[in-house]
Amino acid sequence: MNAVQTDFLWLLAGIGSILIVASITGYLLAWKYSPDGSNEAIENLNARIEAWWLMVILLSIAFLGGKTGVLILFAFCSFAALREFATLTNTRQADHVALVGAFFVVLPIQYISIGTGWYGFYSIFIPVWAFLLMPIAAAIRGDTNQFLVRVAETQWALMICVFCASHVPALLNLEIEGYEGRNVLLIAFLVVVVQLSDVLQYVWGKLFGKTKVAPRLSPSKTLEGLVGGIASATLIGASLWWLTPFTPLEAGALSLVITVMGFFGGLVMSAIKRDRGVKDWGHMIAGHGGFIDRLDSVVFSAPVFFHLVRFGWTP
Amino acid sequence: MSTFLAGIVGSAILVFARFITAVRGIWQGIDPVVGQRIYFANHSSHGDFVLIWTVLPPRLRRGTRPVAGADYWMASWLKRFIGRDVFKAVLIDRNPDTRTSDPVDQMAEALDSGASLIVFPEGTRNTTEEVLLDFKSGLYHLAKKRQEVDLVPVWIANLNRVMPKGERFPVPLICTVTFGEPLKVGPKETKARFLKRAEKALLALRPENGDGPQ
Repeated sequence: MNAVQTDFLWLLAGIGSILIVASITGYLLAWKYSPDGSNEAIENLNARIEAWWLMVILLSIAFLGGKTGVLILFAFCSFAALREFATLTNTRQADHVALVGAFFVVLPIQYISIGTGWYGFYSIFIPVWAFLLMPIAAAIRGDTNQFLVRVAETQWALMICVFCASHVPALLNLEIEGYEGRNVLLIAFLVVVVQLSDVLQYVWGKLFGKTKVAPRLSPSKTLEGLVGGIASATLIGASLWWLTPFTPLEAGALSLVITVMGFFGGLVMSAIKRDRGVKDWGHMIAGHGGFIDRLDSVVFSAPVFFHLVRFGWTP
Repeated sequence: MSTFLAGIVGSAILVFARFITAVRGIWQGIDPVVGQRIYFANHSSHGDFVLIWTVLPPRLRRGTRPVAGADYWMASWLKRFIGRDVFKAVLIDRNPDTRTSDPVDQMAEALDSGASLIVFPEGTRNTTEEVLLDFKSGLYHLAKKRQEVDLVPVWIANLNRVMPKGERFPVPLICTVTFGEPLKVGPKETKARFLKRAEKALLALRPENGDGPQ
């Protein structure tokens, strides 16, 4: 077994024990307070824990599959997220070709080019090529009704669900001195810190939450949850420095940046849901709503994390 | 051999339908339990009965047959195979001048053999701007003929956006299939009144925002 695998197994053991404790706690809570499954908060908590197990298992399988495994997993996440996003847009029949292109041409090209490691292409393909070609495909059909709204929505959907999300597997392409062959741990670091921050914000908010930070956007978000969650996730991130090419201080600083980005990502995506009058993006994951509901924070933090690491740690 | 192949093709169609639409059944007025039913749904796409079929639990799915136009489903060997062998469709001749048997009798016969049916009372695909076309009278005659069978309204949302008329490729969007409370024709109810009531029961299942977000 090599060093990467050993480190990954340690991380997995850590997450596994947290999840076992969580599962036992959830089971005891359900046994004591909700034997007939009537307490919604507890049922929701247990559904979340179950979905967490599933996510950890999927991510581990993808890591075993190496770069291809990670690319396939995130390409599938992008597909599911884009499907949820497109469902909420105002697109009309005139956008049909552009949308089919987004799913079956743009998405595969983005992930394949990340697979090839061609930074000069995958970092501009959607912001430049798709940005210009998609409205052309829509304009040719001649329907001007809400044209700018439709074109903007389609581009936004691609940027969030495909471009931003694809920066998670793109971390595998960074060439960091002395860190060769260990990049998969950068993905683990990003996902674990950001997702833990989500959970910890939820837990801190449930325990001590009083002051609402965004009552109109997301009534469940509280200042206490936000500060407690981000602070504790930052500390955990700093303590995970051994996974990364960073010093503990750097790991902590980067954790702070990605958890703050993650928080605001959740806020922005909530604003879209409010506007469209839905509570969740979809119903894919029990207890979590849709894919976007779970991925919003990772999606917002991945490109920032990618570019900070690329700027600071690659030659 | 043909049954085996039909099973494989059937499963492949289910996987494809889920991949494109992530379809979810909402059992609002009735539970997904075994029982003979006539599901009547809005019709805007050739994939409509596939979606209903997909959200039915396997035990119900096996005994549920769509009622479809023979003119479309007999047109090529592939359609014949899918229509007859995979979905076991009750194929009816929609042209009164050429048909040799009455469609309502055919449906009643299928019910007598124990099957549940999926019917589209609008009679044809709705490609207009109207939300729902006026029902044809077949649903009334069938309900009169087999009064003991529950009629279940089923609203299929968003599938017309997945594959609008004239497009060649589907665009992946989330669809829902909502099952309403069953109804039966009243002993003294007139045809017009029953059809209006059935239309209303179906329209009541349409999501507030229509074919928007699900």
